Amino acid sequence: MTGVQNKTPLTHGIDIDSMKREQSGESLLNQKAALEVDNLNLYYGPKQALNSISMKIPEKRVTAFIGPSGCGKSTLLRCFNRMNDLVEGCRIEGQIRLNGKNIFDRDVDVAMLRRRVGMVFQKANPFPKSIYENVAYGLRLGGISKKSVLDDTVEWALRGAALWDEVKDRLDDSALGLSGGQQQRLVIARSIAIQPEVILLDEPCSALDPISTLKVEELINELKNQYTIVIVTHNMQQAARVSDYTAFMYIGDLIELSTTDQLFTKPAKKQTEDYITGRYG
Amino acid sequence: MQPKNRADGTYDIVVRDTSSVRAYVKSGQPYVWTTAAAIAVSIIVTLALLGLTMVRGAAHFWPADLVLASYQEPGEAAQPVLAEIRSQEDVTRARLKNAGLPVDESREVYTRLLLKIGNRDIGGVDFRYVLSDWLVGRSLPEDATVWEREEWGNLHGFLTSVSVDGNLVKGPEAWGAYQKAQKRANELREDIHRIESGKIGTINFSIEKLRLAERRLELDGLNRIDSPERFLELERKRQVLDARYEELNQERGALYQQLQRDSVTVRTVDGSERTYPLSKLIAGWRPNEMGVPGKVGFWFHKLWEFISEDPREANTEGGIFPAIFGTVMMVLLMSVFVTPFGILAALYLREYAKQGTTTRVIRIAVNNLAGVPSIVYGMFGLGFFVYFLGGNLDRLFYPEAAPAPVFGTPGILWSSLTLAILTLPVVIVATEEGLARIPRSLREASLALGATKAETLWRVVLPMASPAMMTGLILAIARAAGEVAPLMLVGVVKLAPSLPLDGNFPFLHLERKFMHLGFHIYDVGFQSPNVEAARPLVYATSFLLVLVVILLNVFAIMIRNRLRERYKALDH
Repeated sequence: MTGVQNKTPLTHGIDIDSMKREQSGESLLNQKAALEVDNLNLYYGPKQALNSISMKIPEKRVTAFIGPSGCGKSTLLRCFNRMNDLVEGCRIEGQIRLNGKNIFDRDVDVAMLRRRVGMVFQKANPFPKSIYENVAYGLRLGGISKKSVLDDTVEWALRGAALWDEVKDRLDDSALGLSGGQQQRLVIARSIAIQPEVILLDEPCSALDPISTLKVEELINELKNQYTIVIVTHNMQQAARVSDYTAFMYIGDLIELSTTDQLFTKPAKKQTEDYITGRYG
Repeated sequence: MQPKNRADGTYDIVVRDTSSVRAYVKSGQPYVWTTAAAIAVSIIVTLALLGLTMVRGAAHFWPADLVLASYQEPGEAAQPVLAEIRSQEDVTRARLKNAGLPVDESREVYTRLLLKIGNRDIGGVDFRYVLSDWLVGRSLPEDATVWEREEWGNLHGFLTSVSVDGNLVKGPEAWGAYQKAQKRANELREDIHRIESGKIGTINFSIEKLRLAERRLELDGLNRIDSPERFLELERKRQVLDARYEELNQERGALYQQLQRDSVTVRTVDGSERTYPLSKLIAGWRPNEMGVPGKVGFWFHKLWEFISEDPREANTEGGIFPAIFGTVMMVLLMSVFVTPFGILAALYLREYAKQGTTTRVIRIAVNNLAGVPSIVYGMFGLGFFVYFLGGNLDRLFYPEAAPAPVFGTPGILWSSLTLAILTLPVVIVATEEGLARIPRSLREASLALGATKAETLWRVVLPMASPAMMTGLILAIARAAGEVAPLMLVGVVKLAPSLPLDGNFPFLHLERKFMHLGFHIYDVGFQSPNVEAARPLVYATSFLLVLVVILLNVFAIMIRNRLRERYKALDH
């Protein structure tokens, strides 16, 4: 933990970086990779759910996974912090490297991996505790119990998730009293409070109304200055709005991964084109 | 009923069929009525139970009028009677004739009264059935008096004189003098009781400890000749205690002397006069003189005595405080044992064990344990806890007490452990259900923040499952508080000389036997020599037992509701 020193400057949702990148014509190939997936196969019992996937997730960028239901995009996402370990009968072959280290190695501490690769779920799942305790949960797990450090970090994380102004007067109220959108931002604050390198978002807006969705999308734009973000979404407009890179998956295969602009305007594969033009899915 | 098509082809929405049985069944009304009837019956039965035990029990404390009358059985000499009328019932002629009574052939039904005549020391019985018709010349003399005594039950009679410090008081002043003297006697008795069970009890406890310490030294191979200093040390302590005992004993003797000072002379209804020392009397009252407020006050006073005092006279007189205390303490100890044990078992079964045939078999076994008759648990408790565990504990840690057992005999510890096993299935099942209801999303949230499984269980799952655990505990308490059969084997006694919790170190005496309300009901109801005297006590004790169970449950439910309020996230 580096503490509160590297606070994210707020940019009010304007995605300056991606504007700059678009002007300079950055491509995927010369990006530094935060996560490298190498020939990954995943089986649920006898059934194969992911077929030899290889890809690079660029650092401090937003990468979106799109594809029809059941294509394995959530399954792949859940590999990045080894949430699939909890699924009985799940078997994984291949590698995922976080900064060069294979996360499936025997000497990897899963709890530490998950502190570096945070995750936000489809449905907001705040603990039945106060707003403050929700955000402080990961910090307390890390052994931080000093009140001043906790206070500062909770405030920083809530500001980072653009929730501070709405909840600063009721930090001790139950988190379950917040609206759906607020809960989802609280959950994001909870995961950034422990300052992960990567944040995985599993359809974070699927249960939210349009205004809350917009707020979360603005938030994603701000967060990518600091974190590598991987987002799974059903909503192609959302992928187009928030992501720098987009991967299209279909029945366990990675069909195409390129910059978002390219994937939506000049898809290389026929299947991609069929999907984004709404012919199936 | 199919909806009818109208001429234009649309469905008819107007109800046509309102009278057939089928329409009635379909309307759902029968289900509403059946369910409502079920709940009504349950409520009525519960209220009837409470009402019956309460009314029958409460009557015991009411100071009934003393009726002075003459009992004139045809063909026999008239007998004077001074009695409380306890109950009345209608009896057929045939039954009375069978009993050998000279009944009139022309009447079919007679009214029979149950009289409490008291004076068991004189007549041998204190209850008597008489026919109402033959009880003639009834009156309620104002000065008819009831005395409650230490033994022989109540005394009914008229006060003739009081001897206070050698002076004889007669006439109208006698009653006032008696009451004053009785108050003094009761205070003295209170002092004596304090010395006997408090101070002398403590000294006896310490002397017994010294004896055991000495025995321990001998068992360690020491003797008085080789190492006299340690024995001398004990001897010196004992002398101090002996001296203190002697002092208290003298103090007690002096108090006894004072207690013996006063006496009353009572004329019983048969005309004889008897003298009773006040040390044998507890209280005297004149029910015919009391107004309704006086009687109500007296009723509350008696009720309080019943709840707060020790029993006397083979449990048919006095109070039931040790039984209430024993019941509550046993249930609390049981809760302390069963809760952590049940929760740990459920945690392993639900969270850690690999779900499969083995866990299924274990689960079935646990559920079936709940159906094993409780006396079987009593046998197990006796065989395993008392004889095996207790016996070995004695051998290992209390060799100096042998041959007298310490833990190798039934006691409150073994009782609560036996009931803990008896109620374990309930706690396990309830906790498991609670754990299963915690949403997977919350566990994942915790794991995704870098918590280990243990941390997730401790910080998220267990707190959220705590209301379910409390539910299990509530059910366990409800079952344990009413259980009697196994306790008779592992620790309950008719009369325990001391409470399992007192002022002598280490304060909590888990090896002691204890009294229990449920067993008290059985004992008073079935083992008492004086059935009529015991009957109202059975009702009163039953009511108190129900009350204790309800109070314990309400307490647990309050805790559960607070927990629910805190963790009400399960609704998503």
